[in-house]
Amino acid sequence: MKKDSILRQLTVLDFAAVDLQLYLDTHPEDAEALEQYNNVVMQADGLRAQYEEEYGPLFSFRSLGGKEYRWIDEPWPWENKFNFKMCKED
Amino acid sequence: MFIYEKKLEFPVKIKQTNPALAKLILTQFGGPDGELAASLRYFSQKFSMITPQATAVLNDIATEELAHLEMIGAMCLQLSEDADPEQIKKSGFDTYYVDHGTGIYPSSAAGVPFTAAYIQSKGDPITDLSVYTGGHC
Repeated sequence: MKKDSILRQLTVLDFAAVDLQLYLDTHPEDAEALEQYNNVVMQADGLRAQYEEEYGPLFSFRSLGGKEYRWIDEPWPWENKFNFKMCKED
Repeated sequence: MFIYEKKLEFPVKIKQTNPALAKLILTQFGGPDGELAASLRYFSQKFSMITPQATAVLNDIATEELAHLEMIGAMCLQLSEDADPEQIKKSGFDTYYVDHGTGIYPSSAAGVPFTAAYIQSKGDPITDLSVYTGGHC
């Protein structure tokens, strides 16, 4: 499923972004880490745009509403059916 | 400020109902070393930090702990929501169920409601940070 595939890639990139940011908090002079961080965030931004285009807003009051208000669309992230296996094989 | 992002930090897809496990994992939601306590602890202490690095770390970890809180809530929900009466009784989940049903209530595994007594915030960075030598990680 395409939605799962985008979310899977986003999860990987965001996980890296969170950790790189925490590292940069204490190593702000590390240019290589900063470059990695920027790279990861740019890739994730592209995927977010793609996701939002097809499946509705990801962010509360930061995403555009589009033509239909889809923020309340189910499922919500804590529901089993929203989620997916990180590894494709079961 | 905070913005909600409509996805989990890491997916939660539970295959088997297990209310006994839900009751244990709930302590990571609202227990003494759970995610809610951790988030509030980092969030409160960030105001006392004296270096930009420490301020940033506490600010950003407080935020991440809220993402963890949501994942733990999702785990408890998915582990317990489809439990039948017999499973509820046999698993020991019944003592939780009589008060909360399958609702997610911030409490420890032993049923103690969440309390701010789990956190310390003393206005001194070294004192505050010493709490991280134990407990939540």
